[in-house]
Amino acid sequence: MAATPRIIVVGGGLAGLSAVIKIAEAGGKVDLFSIVPVKRSHSVCAQGGINAAKDLKGEGDSVLKHFDDTIYGGDFLANQTPVKQMTAQGPAIIDLLDRMGVPFNRTPEGLLDFRRFGGTLYQRTAFAGATTGQQLLYALDEQVRRHEADGKVTKYEGWEFLSAVLDDNGVCRGISAMDLRTMEVRTFPADAIIICTGGNGAIFGKSTNSVVCTGSAQSALYQQGAYYANGEFIQVHPTAIPGEDKLRLMSESARGEGGRVWVPRDRSDKRVAKSIPEADRYYFLEERYPKYGNLVPRDIATREIFKIVYEDKMGIDGQPMVYLDLTHLPKERLHKLEGILEIYEKFVGDDPREVPMKIFPGVHYTMGGLWVDFEQQTNIPGVFAAGEADYSIHGANRLGANSLLSCIYAGLLSGPNAVAYAKSLPAQVGDGGHAAELKRQLEKNNVLLTSTGTENPFKLWRELGDSMTKHCTIVRYNAGLDEADAKLVELLARYKNINLSDKSQWANTSFAFTRNLGNMLELARVIVQGARLRDESRGAHYKPDFPNRDDEKFLKTTKAAYVDGAPQISYEEVDISHIKPRPRVYSSS
Amino acid sequence: MATTRTTIQVEIKRQSTPDGKATTEKFEVPYRPNMNITSLLGEIALNPTTITGQATTPVTYDSNCLEEICGSCAMLINGKARMACSALVDKLEQPIRLAPLSKFPVVRDLAVDRSVLFENLKAVKAWVPIDGTYDLGAAPRQFPQIQEERYPLSNCISCTICMEVCPQFNDVTGFVGAATIAQAKLFNMDPAGAVLKEERLRALAGDGGVQECGFAQNCVQACPKQLPLTEAISDMSRDVFVQQVKDFFTR
Repeated sequence: MAATPRIIVVGGGLAGLSAVIKIAEAGGKVDLFSIVPVKRSHSVCAQGGINAAKDLKGEGDSVLKHFDDTIYGGDFLANQTPVKQMTAQGPAIIDLLDRMGVPFNRTPEGLLDFRRFGGTLYQRTAFAGATTGQQLLYALDEQVRRHEADGKVTKYEGWEFLSAVLDDNGVCRGISAMDLRTMEVRTFPADAIIICTGGNGAIFGKSTNSVVCTGSAQSALYQQGAYYANGEFIQVHPTAIPGEDKLRLMSESARGEGGRVWVPRDRSDKRVAKSIPEADRYYFLEERYPKYGNLVPRDIATREIFKIVYEDKMGIDGQPMVYLDLTHLPKERLHKLEGILEIYEKFVGDDPREVPMKIFPGVHYTMGGLWVDFEQQTNIPGVFAAGEADYSIHGANRLGANSLLSCIYAGLLSGPNAVAYAKSLPAQVGDGGHAAELKRQLEKNNVLLTSTGTENPFKLWRELGDSMTKHCTIVRYNAGLDEADAKLVELLARYKNINLSDKSQWANTSFAFTRNLGNMLELARVIVQGARLRDESRGAHYKPDFPNRDDEKFLKTTKAAYVDGAPQISYEEVDISHIKPRPRVYSSS
Repeated sequence: MATTRTTIQVEIKRQSTPDGKATTEKFEVPYRPNMNITSLLGEIALNPTTITGQATTPVTYDSNCLEEICGSCAMLINGKARMACSALVDKLEQPIRLAPLSKFPVVRDLAVDRSVLFENLKAVKAWVPIDGTYDLGAAPRQFPQIQEERYPLSNCISCTICMEVCPQFNDVTGFVGAATIAQAKLFNMDPAGAVLKEERLRALAGDGGVQECGFAQNCVQACPKQLPLTEAISDMSRDVFVQQVKDFFTR
């Protein structure tokens, strides 16, 4: 192997940038690939904060309580050892970010301020206004820019990952990628690669995710032999602003700072929200969950809102919406939420300081992802994964403000592990599979560019999103899941009959999208089939026909392998070496 | 007015390559309430046909978060530089005219190359030079007042609208633009970032530096995130001047 390990990091969000910094610090060479300039990555959308049990509020919080909350919140599906390590490192990660200059909110004494988030009784969430993800991403981006200026990092912004380059032994020797301007396809050598490509919200059409969150890279690797784990666990966030093009997140911090969710008690109540007296309002989360109130975990809040709307028929004006009310909050609290209040104001037109917001759940976070071991390595040697793109940490449901922590934690861990792996990697034989992979990718492009079919890729995407949202989100039935899978088979067939209205070879965004669409369809089958086979309810996965958690059969990680062009599902034991699974009940007072 | 409308008229300035000739294509798109410019462009991709029924290609433009935080989708909308995601169709005069930002090289259609900003950020060392990512304990304490002053500057989304609207941002002056100056102030205010304060000020002295600002104040009016840009420029002008005087006598 080379004296200086050469590592490729794909994705420039919190996980990717964390990995890059660690590798650069360790003296490695890093090539960083990102579809968008890394400062525009989806981590920028995270709002409410980042968890770490620093116990600066004198509440007796501890890293073990953070550990327990995370495992319990994830309905015991997460492997416990990585979660234990992550929560233990939380306080040091916050300190590191603070040293990088993140403008965290402060107490009068100049210490970090903390707020409460869902699924915990402690104020454990450090925050920078209501744009914490943006601030964290920028801090890491700045550190990477510094290493870039020192020549340790080469950025390939505007390049899209297509696949891993695998040698005859199935060992990773680099990647293939496409320049989104020149549309040139090239392979790049690497001793190890780290996939930090985030979630797959685009599979559901409209979600809180950014445009680039298609899951395409994860899907390409799954089709190359990587296991995809717990695909069926998709977080639907309880409070999003319904929109024409996307569902805009309304952070849990709104409730952390005292926001209350309600509907009129009388479903025919036509009064303006603010004029409805307290007694005529149904604060259904507070009444049903007196201990946690509006801060029950997201899967529970989402189901309750769904039930209020569709079973109790109590949505505002009969519409799928409930109130998220901040109008009673004092100015200082509203000030800490300004970033998200502006979003609501800009996109809806009402001032949430004066008028209760109207919200509804929206697809938000991918708990599942590439299967990794405790060192963040997938089952393909030399392919590591970190952040939302991997499946670890969050189990069946992610707690709010744990994502920023898990992304940074996994990034910081994967970087040095990739370097250590690379140092002991035997030299490659021949070209390591580069020529063959380049040929395979060029052929794929050629098939799309010469296809003379009739299907518009954006229309196929819309049908995909509609079907997935209908059958595979908050409430799932086996008949619906079968219907969704049949739809996916149909869409995959129609995908072969695609018609690209733009076949040019310069900045052709619809061509790049069409490539992603194929991968989205393959990955959607993993999600649907994982859900179909899991006949229980656990965390975000809820089947009314199987309303209970079934540890005997399903306290197991779902692993999907791509066999003969379809998912083959198997199961793996979950690491429960620290906390004994117990019933997950948030309703007791 | 919105309720009776059934279609939206759009005129888009298009250019297939950086050196290609710009043309304008007209579209008529089905109206739905609460559309923004990015959903309008998505609608065109579903059916890329001009108003005269001619088949064309989906429009190339930069976008990502669609909630005005990633800074991607800046363009000229009815002649005004703004973010496409937060530009609501119901509030725009028709026909809606879309064009790429005018001061950056066009990549294709509405997508432009704004990498100059990221290069400028390197020049002013917009970072805190931490010793390392290993656990070195807590950062220095910081009063809330400092955070209150730093946080708004840290909200810059690198959209480059401040540069687009600045009369001084052009090839003649080589002006770095308001965004970069604001970032220099942000890091000069950080207790640890201040170690590079003098280097940042020197980078902003001379041609293309803070002195090029003509105080047109367009930047502060156009900034979608309401950054206190003119305040940052005037603070940095003062600091740069003091640094120059100091350097004159000591270097």
